[in-house]
Amino acid sequence: MALSKKITRSLMFAAFGVALATPFVARGQDTGAHVNGLTGNVEAGKQDYRRWCVGCHGKEGNGEGENAPYVDPRPRDFTEALFRWRSTPTGTLPTDQDLYDTITRGVVDTLMPTWRPLTPQTRIDLVAYIKTFSPKWKTQKPGTPITIPPEPPQMIDSVLHGRQLFDQMQCWKCHGPEGRGDGPSAITLTDDKGEPIRPYNFHDGTRFRCGETNEDLYKIFMTGLDGSPMPSFADSLKPQDAWDLVHFLRTLQPNVKSESRNVWLEYVKTHQGQIKPIGVESAGQ
Amino acid sequence: MNSPSMSKTINRIIAAGPALLLLLAVLLPAPKPTNAIPAFARKYGLPCSACHISWPELNNFGQVFRDNGYQMMNERDSPITRDPSYFPMTVRITPQWHRESADTQAVDNTPGVPSNGSHSGTLSTTGFDLSGVDLWFGGTLYKNISFIVLPSSDPTATFHFESAYVRFDNLLHTSWLNFKVGKFELDLPVSEKRLLTMSGDGGFYYIYHFTSPGNLNPFGGIGDNQLGMELMGHNANSYTRYAFAAVSSLDGGVNQSYGETVNFGNITSTFPPAGRTFDYYGHFEQGFNTKGNGFMKVGAYAYYGFAPTFFQTSGGTPIYGRGNKPFYRAGAEWKWYFNKVLFKGVYMHAYDNGILANFGLGTTRPPATLPAGDHNVVWNGGFLEGQYIISPQWIVIARWETIHMAQQANDGIVASMSGNAGNLNAFTIANRWNPFMFSRAGLALQQEYSFVKSNGITNQGGAFGAACATVPTCTITSSSLFFGVDFDF
Repeated sequence: MALSKKITRSLMFAAFGVALATPFVARGQDTGAHVNGLTGNVEAGKQDYRRWCVGCHGKEGNGEGENAPYVDPRPRDFTEALFRWRSTPTGTLPTDQDLYDTITRGVVDTLMPTWRPLTPQTRIDLVAYIKTFSPKWKTQKPGTPITIPPEPPQMIDSVLHGRQLFDQMQCWKCHGPEGRGDGPSAITLTDDKGEPIRPYNFHDGTRFRCGETNEDLYKIFMTGLDGSPMPSFADSLKPQDAWDLVHFLRTLQPNVKSESRNVWLEYVKTHQGQIKPIGVESAGQ
Repeated sequence: MNSPSMSKTINRIIAAGPALLLLLAVLLPAPKPTNAIPAFARKYGLPCSACHISWPELNNFGQVFRDNGYQMMNERDSPITRDPSYFPMTVRITPQWHRESADTQAVDNTPGVPSNGSHSGTLSTTGFDLSGVDLWFGGTLYKNISFIVLPSSDPTATFHFESAYVRFDNLLHTSWLNFKVGKFELDLPVSEKRLLTMSGDGGFYYIYHFTSPGNLNPFGGIGDNQLGMELMGHNANSYTRYAFAAVSSLDGGVNQSYGETVNFGNITSTFPPAGRTFDYYGHFEQGFNTKGNGFMKVGAYAYYGFAPTFFQTSGGTPIYGRGNKPFYRAGAEWKWYFNKVLFKGVYMHAYDNGILANFGLGTTRPPATLPAGDHNVVWNGGFLEGQYIISPQWIVIARWETIHMAQQANDGIVASMSGNAGNLNAFTIANRWNPFMFSRAGLALQQEYSFVKSNGITNQGGAFGAACATVPTCTITSSSLFFGVDFDF
């Protein structure tokens, strides 16, 4: 009986001893990934990456995981350090916060889920590890996040001007006159890897891949989606113009409640005959 | 029983235990890159490790996925978005070699002649075996509507429905309102159906199924899947969760209203034993981020149920149960996900009404009041478990579980056995390694040792049982050694 007690105690001490000792060894190199006072850890991130990310993004981070051939759109290739959802200008690296937000939010309408269930520390550890896949993170600094001016009131003038811009800038050629992602050029679009890519369908969509607020939409115009056909309009759009465009695009979303859509629907009631169709040059196609 | 030299050797081994474990960790093949659980993993292309600490135990990401009705919530959940050839099925079985041993067992002095008396002996069996098989179907029927159907068998392929339910999620567009109906595992503090240990003595949580000696309450325990409905809710990361279930007082039994033969307590009946009541279960848990050190969850749960104590009859034939008496199980939980280590502890306080415990489900109406010498039954128990996650493919598990009787059902049990009859201590240690991990199938090699020491359980019966009963400290120690290949596809 005494022997049995000893065995019990020893096994318990052994298991719990090993269990307790190791986590303290796990912390290691700091790569400078910082978000909300947390610092990412590459070694911990590597383990987390193996657990959650490797199936799609691949061991080498090149987007060639075992499931990649069955994933549409294809997983991000981290070796290029080319990221679409940024707060920084086109052609620059995203901030740690940008990467952290993408991991937290997930990417709607893709197989990239929200990783909000992971602890903040785990998410920043992943950011730290993702940054090891490209040498760019050692030679370049992230861009400076763009400044987003306060959003003006969602008035009909703003919506109408945004509509005019949508027409003049030929946004409809990809996104379609009704924002269904079915413009005449839509079928020809490819991303930087030559993979077919579909323009965003405002009519059916409720969330954007970079978020769901008006500010998120504003950021898309002014930063572009690097690696996709969606360019940055930072050089051609004034901040007020970008907000007008945001307000108009909200009118294309019947499944999203917005003040812009309300004022637009009121306007349509009284000005039905005066509204010029968008993309008239394609009307005959 | 052991020679001094052998004892010394064992003592040395014991002293070297931690070092041996570390050595084992070094010598075993190094895990290959993670590359997952079949039905859902195939659907979403994620490795098993995405949702499981080690399959089938869920990590918090898997918990959120489950709480969302097996949805990722990324507009790719409805079956209409999937390849039509996708079929949501998983099969799981565990071929194994195991050794089961128990001491203080009655062995006839003359084989085949019990009248010649018996002596105390240790019984051991060894050999290859099979677990039961799970045929697991689960998926979404539509956005926010999911299902699980799980026909499960014993090792001889006798099947029953372990789970079968449909679930409606995000009612009124909120994750706080989700509803399911059918047969399901209660939202326990720690899921037993997802237990990582598998041996004879370590393959379940004792507190979830414990019944005290001589206790005739037919309730099988909160570890049994129940038949009813559940309302549950959670926040975005499932740190805050609640579940409330109302289930039929049938301990999960099905098809009883159609005259199926059922074994219910001490009654075998071809008629339904239903007490025509409901049992209720509630669980709440709250998680906290512990800055830089993972996160912690604390919670509380309670099961309040009824069981009948006699039958209403027709022409002497049982019709349905009557004279329902209450019982409850209640307790608290604590879990700490700390980097590579997971600690969890569950405490339970249990109470069975004395009429129920002493008269069970009989054919005659029990007395209205508890006779002298009979008592309500009370016990306490709990377990502590530690898991060390070496990698997404490799985990070591250790658990200690204990149950202590606070009040026996009657004085007769105390006199013939002891006041602590039923007390037990159980210990399990396991090593589980997945040689590969990807999104198509799962395979785990498991080595496990478990033993349990029970007080005053005179399951040997007969003359020897009587002899044992005279010793208040009479204990039985049983152990299991297990080597299994657990796979699913």
